[in-house]
Amino acid sequence: MTTTTTTPTATPAAGARPVADTLTMLRRNLLRAVRYPGLTLFLVLGPLVMLLLFVYVFGGAFGAGVAPGVAPGAEGRAAYLDYITPTLLVLTVVGGATSVATSAAMDAAAGIMARFRTMAISPGSVLSGQVIGFAVQALAALVLVLAAALAMGYRPDADALGWVALAGLLVLLALALNWLSVGMGLNARSVESASNAPMILLLLPFLGSGFVPVETMPAGVRWFAEHQPFTPIIETVRGLLGGAPLDGTTTALAVGWCVVVGALGHVWARALYRRERR
Amino acid sequence: MTHDLAVDVRGLRKSFGDHTVLDGVDLTVPTGTVTALLGPNGAGKTTTVGILSTLLAADGGTARVAGHDVAAQPQAVRAAIGVTGQVSAVDDLLTGEENLRLMASLHHLGRREGRARTDALLAQFGLVDAARRPVSTWSGGMRRKLDLAMTLVGSPAVVFLDEPTTGLDPRSRRTLWDEVRTLVAAGTTILLTTQYLEEADHLADRVVVIDGGRVVAAGTPAELKSAHDAGSLDDVFLRLTEPSTATSDPSSEEVA
Repeated sequence: MTTTTTTPTATPAAGARPVADTLTMLRRNLLRAVRYPGLTLFLVLGPLVMLLLFVYVFGGAFGAGVAPGVAPGAEGRAAYLDYITPTLLVLTVVGGATSVATSAAMDAAAGIMARFRTMAISPGSVLSGQVIGFAVQALAALVLVLAAALAMGYRPDADALGWVALAGLLVLLALALNWLSVGMGLNARSVESASNAPMILLLLPFLGSGFVPVETMPAGVRWFAEHQPFTPIIETVRGLLGGAPLDGTTTALAVGWCVVVGALGHVWARALYRRERR
Repeated sequence: MTHDLAVDVRGLRKSFGDHTVLDGVDLTVPTGTVTALLGPNGAGKTTTVGILSTLLAADGGTARVAGHDVAAQPQAVRAAIGVTGQVSAVDDLLTGEENLRLMASLHHLGRREGRARTDALLAQFGLVDAARRPVSTWSGGMRRKLDLAMTLVGSPAVVFLDEPTTGLDPRSRRTLWDEVRTLVAAGTTILLTTQYLEEADHLADRVVVIDGGRVVAAGTPAELKSAHDAGSLDDVFLRLTEPSTATSDPSSEEVA
């Protein structure tokens, strides 16, 4: 057996290198995604199946309900495709966030997170790597879901600026939900419960303006739908894709919710990362 | 300031809820030596290592590692230590080589140096042939070796090994022992926990026996044997530690 002489010199004392460490962790996250494509594939397949189901099965009937003067059938399907493509883009981002919780819980269970915590690395980098890594994966999934919608006949009216704003909002949403989800993953007692915890996020767009207009809902549900974060977010995405002028309040609410959820998620996740575990 | 002590622990206390795990532990490890922390299940070995490696906060007492207080200067402590815990802390989805490169990047070694260090450690631990396969396909012994190799990427001055050979076959155990001796020869300080008395006898300059969160004996293996008029450390261990009340854990039974 060959032997390396290991001179015990202390690592150059803890000069924090948050950017370098985050990039290292991001590289690890993306490498894991390549090695374990199942999780990433799920990000695309979920929204894709829903798109097909909601357009080709329900769309003919639902379409007549979301747009005035639309006849059921082919016309309804086209109208409904128009209505739910923005929702499914948002759901794609939410789906990506659910994977973050699983991934963080897997790291905690495998002991590798404990290893990172005993190393003189930037303490935020371990979680940032996951948050950014899954945001990158969500962006890739978004492109594929949008391509599928286009293939099905979806024709957005956004201009260049609108596309840039759309990408910005979806990335902001991804970062916000991913931080929240990392917290859920670290807070969970097992990988199984970590994968269930963010499911509530997947349900929320259904309880808003995602699939049907809130005006059609009974009073209590409607109140919730009008005031929950996903409604202004979906409406803003819808507005950007439709090329219509944006409603100031709705847009501010969309961005505000993302910032608040992201900031709280970040603080919570960082605190959980520092928490001792036995 | 005691520079000759790589680990200096005074009156360390730690409870989890009502359960007192460490009840005033004193422990010193002179620089460049191996100390074995010996004790039955639930004695407080892992908790001690957890505090020394900055994963847990002590409720009382002080702990200094490589001259730095673990509570006040955790990043300085982290820069000086390497930790191999009871669970193999490797990334299953990455290859062995990628795991080591990851560590090299986190130690800011630079591309060329990181590659050289990775190749050297793979060779040192006999992992070259498996290096490009995902770790999930590796045997337990190989994963354990990689785990230790990852700990050594940053050339730590102080290494904590928490039950490093539990669950390993005798051959893998010998390989790890050889690695520990190599490290010590190069001047590294090592604190290892073990339930294997043979391991403590073979490797350690000093043995600290803990039971119920307290140190019940300390000294060289020879001193302990003569002080307790015992032929082996086994006898010392059995005489000093009370029968464990903890539920028996089949995975941690003696297999050698």
